[in-house]
This record gives sequence, structure tokens and C-alpha cells, in this order.
Amino acid sequence: MISGAEIMVKCLEKEGVTITFGYPGAVICPFYDYIFQSDIEHVLVRSEQNAAHAASGFARTSGKAGVCIATSGPGATNLITGIATAYMDSIPLVAITGQVNSELLGRDVFQEADITGACEPFTKHSYLVKKTEDLPRVFKEAFHIATTGRPGPVLIDVPVDVQTREIAEFIYPEKADIVGYKPRVQGHAMQIKKALETIAGAKRPVICCGGGVVLAGAREEMVAFAKKSQIPVVSTMMGFGVIPQDSDLYLGMIGTHGKSFANQVMNEADVIVMCGARVGDRAVTAPNVLEAHAKIIHIDIDPAEIGKNLSVDIPIVGNIKQVLQEMADQVSPCSCNPWVQTVRQYKKDYVPRGEPRTDFVEPRQFVRDLSAMMEEDAILTADVGQNQIWAANNFNVKEGRFLTSGGMGTMGYSLPAAIGAKLAKPHRQVVAICGDGSFQMSMCELATVCQNQVGIKIIIMRNQRLGMVREFQTRLYGSRYIATILNGDPDFVKLVSAYGIQTALATSNEQAKKLAKEMLASDQPYVLVCDVDPDTPSI
Amino acid sequence: MKYTLSILVENLPGVLSKVSGLFSRRGFNIDSLAVGVTENDNISRITIVVDGDEHIVEQVEKQLNKLISVIKVKNLTEGGNFIHGELAMIKVNCTAKQRPEIMKIAELMHAKIVDVALTSLTLQIADTPENIETLTSLLRPYGIKESVCTGTVALEKGAATAHK
Repeated sequence: MISGAEIMVKCLEKEGVTITFGYPGAVICPFYDYIFQSDIEHVLVRSEQNAAHAASGFARTSGKAGVCIATSGPGATNLITGIATAYMDSIPLVAITGQVNSELLGRDVFQEADITGACEPFTKHSYLVKKTEDLPRVFKEAFHIATTGRPGPVLIDVPVDVQTREIAEFIYPEKADIVGYKPRVQGHAMQIKKALETIAGAKRPVICCGGGVVLAGAREEMVAFAKKSQIPVVSTMMGFGVIPQDSDLYLGMIGTHGKSFANQVMNEADVIVMCGARVGDRAVTAPNVLEAHAKIIHIDIDPAEIGKNLSVDIPIVGNIKQVLQEMADQVSPCSCNPWVQTVRQYKKDYVPRGEPRTDFVEPRQFVRDLSAMMEEDAILTADVGQNQIWAANNFNVKEGRFLTSGGMGTMGYSLPAAIGAKLAKPHRQVVAICGDGSFQMSMCELATVCQNQVGIKIIIMRNQRLGMVREFQTRLYGSRYIATILNGDPDFVKLVSAYGIQTALATSNEQAKKLAKEMLASDQPYVLVCDVDPDTPSI
Repeated sequence: MKYTLSILVENLPGVLSKVSGLFSRRGFNIDSLAVGVTENDNISRITIVVDGDEHIVEQVEKQLNKLISVIKVKNLTEGGNFIHGELAMIKVNCTAKQRPEIMKIAELMHAKIVDVALTSLTLQIADTPENIETLTSLLRPYGIKESVCTGTVALEKGAATAHK
């Protein structure tokens, strides 16, 4: 005989899960008891939301589904923001929650919450398991759904009695067979042909690289396509880092906080190849402008993204890796040399903003300095707010990754995501950049960093303001600064020291550069606090 | 314009809420919804009438297709070749004197008298929404006490099915 809880652990083993992030509680105890008896590592976070973020950081870095665990009721509801964050950025997660006894469901018993109901808008799929016998099939399906097609979070809610009940044997299905789920992989040959013909006739073409390219692991194919076609590339925030910032092929990030010349290129283009980009409002503020004078080719694995926010001339549904490979094979160099020269000049003419300072750390200059010091395959996680924009516009991703909460814009993401990323790739440098606002949303995770000796580096851009909201207030609300002044900030150096983590304060660019060098040289966790002028703009 | 969609879904608890939740959260307007079993015990059919333009209906179909429990979505209006109907019950005020008149209306409209009482008569009609509306307007002068109507159900004409 075998219990549901043991089956759950065996399912994770079958799926090759080596690490989980979570926080226990009464009705998930049976499952935890078997994790204890297995080789699966469990990282105890300090708040459930961060278990989902850490699992997200792990998933994005490892390419496997991240697994997070919480108990019923408040444990499960605390996960929601993390699940929603993963959903918006299409990150493969399997979230496992304990649930009250199935006999008591619906009676509002202690720590009962309808978590599958609550998470419906933010999950790719969810299960409330009523029978122990269903567990193997549900786990097989959950991992399959989370990691294939357009990835996303899947929730499995398991009542405590389903975990404790014993059944005769454990048989794990060979494959998931879901009648209503057959994601399309191969792009339609005719559509690809049409796209290539359109590209051949283009005078001012541009490729817009989105997060789908990263998710599909299609970096090589994207570079090959851009190189061979000679079409300049811009990216969304989620597609940032696919092509190094200093490459000739790449222009810059588009969007409200992107490079103005990159937006200009989009607006002037006659053919736009949208690749795995969902045309979010922060990336493309005025889709109608693009529709008006450009032919639009849109490649996405999710048919619902094509035509949702932008009218499309040539839709191509399929896995971007395969589609780009085919297009790279068949495309000929574009006859658009004058245009390429013009847009490259835009980039050359751009003068990076922010000069080194002696009274404060100029954050944009510092990110550039830091970028130059970091290893080729380093991973940078950025939080949300001004720090995110400073990072995205000034960091040069080479062989590494840039992880941030793009769609949801969830503050507090960078620290737990960095933990997950570091545990996925322990030998790579992992640096989190956050503001003093976002840091305080997840600073409880310093304890997780200590407990597990996760050698991540954290940079706090301290301006004692919620900088981005304050910018809105300056521009749109007559500089009436309400609720954006962080006067209650602790002395971060003292606070971090209390955890026994190495830390230092920088008050000038020179000092920040020196301390960053010291920070990157150590394999221990490190928190560098940078004093930033509150009047420093985002861009 | 109104579009009739036929959606085959897995016959599992919670599927209807997944489908209806999608409509409310994405701001799609449902005119009518009907759900019931099919010839296959594992599959239910949800028939939805959506109000919107071509672009909206395309999104509705695509978003529905993304739901894992949805097996197939067919836009019947697009095909232009389908039969549809609703079932309504109408309880109308009726004195002994008025009874023959109302029974005549029922006969004309192919409605059935399903309940008779001293001061009321209940009619049942299974027909298109238009004919149900006609019957309702004919009965209104007598005073409708209560009425109930199902959502639209629909099937393609001919041998074609939603499966294929």
C-alpha cells in the first residue's frame, strides 16, 4: 500500500524535480513528511509569495518547471501574487497546495480557501484532487501543461485526506493524454512563405523580439535570422537580453520606458516581425500607429495573442524556435541597406544618460559599470520601479539572463527570483537589483539566503522614495507627493549585518564600483546599499 | 451581431465556472448559455450566444480554445447552417371563459398546455427565440404570472458534427 503523500513525492521524482520552495502548514504535513524521506531538496521561504517567485527564478534559469508548495487557506492565498506573476510572464510553475479534508470542503472550516477558484484567472490549468487514485495522472498532466505550448503555472490542490489515504500501487503514466490540449508546434509552411516574401519586399523592416523567444530557448535561431536577413532588432522588456546590447544587430528596448530611437524605428518601419511578443501596452503604447503604415507578421505559439492587441497581416502560429529556424534557413539578406545604416546611426548617436557622481551613486552609470564587471553568463534579476528601468536600459546581457516581472510588475520579485536562479545555476553570478521600496517587500527572505547559504548579491538603490510613482506624481499630479516617501527606512547596513550577511554602503560611483568589485569577488551573499539621488529620472 | 458557439467540454466539475469566468473576466457579453450532456458521457456541450463583432468573437473562440477542459469550439453562425431552439414555460392568467381562446393560441403556436388551474394556464413551447417571443406577446394581454426560458441550444444541419 502507498499513501497519496508518498505518491505525490514519487511523481515529483519521476518528473526529475530536485528542489522545491515552500512553507508548510497542517494540511500539507503528510506531503512534507515524504519530502523529508526523499532526496528532493526543500527551501523554506519566509512568505509563500516568495516561494512562487523563487520557483519562477529557478524555472527561468533551469528551463524546467519550478515547484512551490503552500498549505491551505492563507498559505495558498499568499501564493496568488506569485502565481499571477508567473502567469503574466508565461513561466512554467507547478504550485502544490494542501487543502482541508475533502469531506469538509465548503463548510468554511479552519484555513479553508477555494484556491482553485481564486486562482482561475491566473493559472493555465488547475486541479482539486478528490481521489488518491487520480494523483499520478494529475501530476503528469500538470507538468506537461506547465512546460509545453505557451508555458504557465498549474495549480494542484490536494485535500489532506487524499494525501493520507492509501491505495494499492503507484503507476506513473508514460505520457499525458489530454483530449483538449494539443499545442501547435510547427508553423504553417504557406504562412512562413508569405512572411518571407513580405520581408523580401521590405524597405524598412524591423524585428521585435519578445519574451517568447527566451521561453522557447530560441536565442541562437533569433541571432541567425537577424544576422542572415540583416534586419535590425528591437526588443520588449521580456525579450531583452536575447541579443547583446552592444551587438550591431540590436538597437534597444522599446516601450514607455525604452529607448526613444527604438520606438521611432518601430513607428517608421514598413514591415514588423513580432516574435513571441504579446504587444502589451507598456511595450506598444499605440498599436494603431503601427497598423497604419506597417505590414505586421506575428509569430506566437498562442493563437489568442495574434490579433488580440494588434491587427496582423500574416499570423504564424507555432513554436518560435522552429519557425525562426525555418525562416533563418530560407531568408535572404534584405535589400534595405540605407535603412539599416540610418537606424544604426540612431543607436550610435544615442548618448547614455547619467554621469558618475561624487555625492550620490548615479544608478544608470553604476549599472553600466557593474555590467562591465560581471561575468559573461551572469544572471541579473531586476525588481519593479525605477530600478528595473535603470537595469534594463543600461545592463548588457551577454551569455546570461535578465529576469524581471514584466507583465505583472510585481514588486519584491528580484530577491526571491535571484535565490531560485542561484540554486538552479550555483556556479553563475546572480545579482538582484532592487529599490528600497521593493527590497522591503521581500527582505524577510534574507533569512532564506542565510539558512541556505545562497551566494546571491543584492544591490539596493536607496533613494527613500517610491521613485517611479513619485515620477508620476511629478508629471501628472502637480508634484503632490503622497505615500511615496519612505521615511521609515531602516539602516540597511545594520539590518543586513544582523543577518550576518556581508554588506556595505556606497555614496559615490567610484565607491560603488570598488565595492561591487569586492562583492563580485566573494562567493558569499552580499548586500550593497547605494545612496541614490531621489531626483534621478527613470530613463 | 449575435454569434452562436457550440463548445464541447470535458464533463468534469468546475468546467462551467472556467468557461463562464472567462467571459466575465475578459468582458465578453453572453446573451444566453445552455449546458447539458451529449451522446458521450464524458463530454458536455455548452451552447453560448455571444453579442459582439467579428474581432470579439474571434478572441472568444481563441480564449475558449486555450482552456484545457475545452475540447472543441465551433462557431455555428459563421457556418450559417444550423438549427437552434429554446424551451419556455409561461404561466398566464386564465379564467374559465378565456380558456378556449388561450388554448387556440397554444394550438396556433405549437405550444403545449402542461398545467391547468382554476385561474391559470401553463404553456410550454420548444421553438426558436423569435416564435417564443411571438407567443409571449400574444399571451401578455391576459397577464403573464411567471415565465422561464432555457438558453439556446443548437446543432449543425446535415450530417456534419462539432467533432469534425
